[in-house]
Amino acid sequence: MTVSILIFLPVVAALAVLLFKNNAAKHAALTFAVAELVVAALFLSKFVPDASFQFVTDVPWIPKFGIYFNAGIDGISMMMVLLTTLLVPLIILTTYKHQYKNANAFYALILFMQAGLLVVFTALDGFLFYVGWEAALIPIYFICSLWGGENRIKVTIKFFIYTFSGSLIMLLAIIYLYLQTPEKTYDIFHFYNLALGAKQQSWVFLAFFLAFAIKMPLFPFHTWQPDTYTEAPTAGTMLLAGIMLKMGIYGVIRWLIPNAPLGYMQWYSIVIVLAVIGIVYASIIAIRQKDGKRLVAYSSIAHVGLIAAGIFAWSVQGLQGAMIQMLSHGINVVGMFFIWDIISTRLGTREISQLGGIAKVAPKFALAFLIIVLGTVALPLTNGFVGEFMLLYSVFTVNIYLVAVAGLTMIFGAVYMLRMYKQVMQGETNALTATFTDITGTEKLALCIICALIIVIGIYPQPILHISDAAVTKLVQTLNFKFYQQKL
Amino acid sequence: MSTLIIISTLPILLLYLGLYKAQKALLPVTLIGLIAALGCTVASYTSADTATPIYSGMMLFNNFSAVFSGITIITTILIILLSRGYFEKISNHIAEYYAIILFALAGVIVMVSFYNLVMLFIGIEIMSVSLYILAGIKKTDFASNEAALKYFLMGAFSTGFLLFGIALIYGSTGSFNLETIRNWVIQNPHSIDPMFYAGILLIVVGLCFKVGAAPFHFWTPDVYEGSPTLITAFMSTVAKTAAFAAFLRLFSACFAPVSDFWVPVLLVITIITLFIGNITALYQQSFKRMLAFSSISHAGYLLFAIVALGASSANSVFMYATAYSIASIIAFGALILVQQQSGSDNFDSFNGLAKKNPFLAVVLTIAMLSLAGIPLTAGFIGKFFMFSGALLQFKLVLVLLAVVNAVISIFYYFRVIIAMYFRDAERAELTVPVYYQLVLGFAALVTILIGIYPGFISNLI
Repeated sequence: MTVSILIFLPVVAALAVLLFKNNAAKHAALTFAVAELVVAALFLSKFVPDASFQFVTDVPWIPKFGIYFNAGIDGISMMMVLLTTLLVPLIILTTYKHQYKNANAFYALILFMQAGLLVVFTALDGFLFYVGWEAALIPIYFICSLWGGENRIKVTIKFFIYTFSGSLIMLLAIIYLYLQTPEKTYDIFHFYNLALGAKQQSWVFLAFFLAFAIKMPLFPFHTWQPDTYTEAPTAGTMLLAGIMLKMGIYGVIRWLIPNAPLGYMQWYSIVIVLAVIGIVYASIIAIRQKDGKRLVAYSSIAHVGLIAAGIFAWSVQGLQGAMIQMLSHGINVVGMFFIWDIISTRLGTREISQLGGIAKVAPKFALAFLIIVLGTVALPLTNGFVGEFMLLYSVFTVNIYLVAVAGLTMIFGAVYMLRMYKQVMQGETNALTATFTDITGTEKLALCIICALIIVIGIYPQPILHISDAAVTKLVQTLNFKFYQQKL
Repeated sequence: MSTLIIISTLPILLLYLGLYKAQKALLPVTLIGLIAALGCTVASYTSADTATPIYSGMMLFNNFSAVFSGITIITTILIILLSRGYFEKISNHIAEYYAIILFALAGVIVMVSFYNLVMLFIGIEIMSVSLYILAGIKKTDFASNEAALKYFLMGAFSTGFLLFGIALIYGSTGSFNLETIRNWVIQNPHSIDPMFYAGILLIVVGLCFKVGAAPFHFWTPDVYEGSPTLITAFMSTVAKTAAFAAFLRLFSACFAPVSDFWVPVLLVITIITLFIGNITALYQQSFKRMLAFSSISHAGYLLFAIVALGASSANSVFMYATAYSIASIIAFGALILVQQQSGSDNFDSFNGLAKKNPFLAVVLTIAMLSLAGIPLTAGFIGKFFMFSGALLQFKLVLVLLAVVNAVISIFYYFRVIIAMYFRDAERAELTVPVYYQLVLGFAALVTILIGIYPGFISNLI
């Protein structure tokens, strides 16, 4: 059993889905996505949670250039694989009430993107990583610009150009590392063993960082994000916010810091400060938003900022917090965008000020919305709490003032999220919201799954933390040793 | 060698067929001849490359020439397939068109196999003179006449530069033979006279004109626009590939030891070419003119291999030229169909194509992604090889500028995709002839295949 099964199943699925029409394509896509989830669960059951890479597939691809199709799963990758394979069927489920034109192409692109994402999360070869990175970008570009809102053409090309330029710079860094290896290979472990000078590492760091910071997005590279999230079809937004931005975070953990530890030492404080500025900045903008989807987009920037700050503080707690927070954020943000999708398809508006009193007419919907809001504001016993707590602790080890500012994310989050909930759900119903009908069928199913996950992970996160524990600990120790050597 | 013989005699046969009014036989005979030539080329390819120059050192048919002959012949076959029914609309003397295209191809084969500067000159002239005629083949069309005249005047001028350069090299070294020149350069590292350097510069000018590199590119847009679209396709794929192969063979064989002298010159040319091609392409309203300017910028990327001359240069040029040629054929093929329907080659005429002709839209999208250098297409592999080679030679600034240009190119390549998919227009469905479906489908498939598994052609040289 190798990871190639996991990677190629969605490719086959994407091609197969193209053969179906309309509703049949929808069902086929969901079936394949669930099958992929089952395969992932199978991998998880066979997975030994130590620091090694398992299910490794390593076949020559362009051997002349030292390029191998080399991929494997360790604890960190396992979490990302779980995130991807869990969210994709969930996202497909949330689209069930929509009738997309050319549905087969829509779902095929989603599945193809899943393959790209899985390549990114399992690749152990620089070239393969880059190819997966771009292979995930093309489908999401088409998803957003074919099925998106009115301004989609301008917005999505901006998104594409932004991310593409970042990744080209990253490609140069990867080629540079390749040229430095004595064996001329793209193997990540050979990259890790390189002992470059501080100046070179600084450049490598910046090149990788640019690509990852744009993808996450980190302040001040975030300007593509709110527009793209708003214009994209809801499924596209969910893919972007739920999974795609994690590519950047994962990249930091796997490719950025271990490949350029000295570069990291030069730049980490600046990055943490940027991340904290991003938290505050995005939170303040989120408070002022009138459009619900846009509000969630900005809140996502704030959450990602905290994850980035926790990682760049580089401790076991920070990384573990990031791992679980990536999963939680994925679930919560998908839930949140789904909530707004339901509201906007029923009432034709996302203006918060036009809404009110929905809880009276739709109690089940209100309950689900409330649970998701509580998860997002990181109330204890919800999934958001564990991760944010560990991330803040990690930042705390670096600087106490920074953590005070970063901690504002929890307060600000509560302000804008609860206020949004209050304005949308409570108070008196108006003529528009009185027509709101409660959730049914697939909507109910999807929201039930999301709420259950929020609560279960919140109450008992230990099994999930256990998956990545050994891998994270080893990674942190190896790097700490390198930092220590440097200080001597 | 047999490849060259077949391709040289084939046009004569075609002219006789034309004389006896056997119009229907022209296309099959051309194809059979080309496939035979391709077969000979493949047969001449050996795993151990031990070929030696033949005919008193005039020609060298080694794997380098076999591989480049192969790709130019394949490209020509694809173009000839697309030309079914195309030339009949322009005029009724169609035998001549096939014949002249094949004469040009004969020149191309000489250009990729020369081992003597005289043969280089003869090859370039055979190709160029044929192309001058082809550019003006629409006798009554004003733009076509303009293209032919412009191409001829500028081309003749640049040939003068090339010839003068060759003469100066001969004056310094006393030989036209590549090996003799190389040995002379190696043996006299300190006593190379200015005449030799002037010769190199003049040859650079002549060849840069032929490949369409800035600032010698001014002929390209008008000539590309005025010529019949299929001839444009031939010029921008086959002719360009051949010119680069010749460029590479000459400079890696003769002038590599004095690269300190000409690399800075070529570096400047490369950077200017990249920027001029890309930025001008941004402002075009016509798809055909955009392709003309983008072909200039692709010449810039191809120059990377010569600026960063190394063991893998030939491979990089081959990879890039293959990716570029195949994608261009799709682009020009789609353009012909759209042009026939709407009578215009503007971006607007592609609006809403995806709804009516999903197949055409998909293959054209693949071509554009490949030209833009997006992974999983051949174009990315080409750019990847070029960037790797240049970084290996520490040309970091050049690569960074190239990255900027790659990003700029997204704007104009995606413009077509956006027009096809995201803009609506009232239009009727295009009828895509079977030949077009075959050629475009094949080219798209090859583009993806090379993008996914470049291994099967990346080891040829």
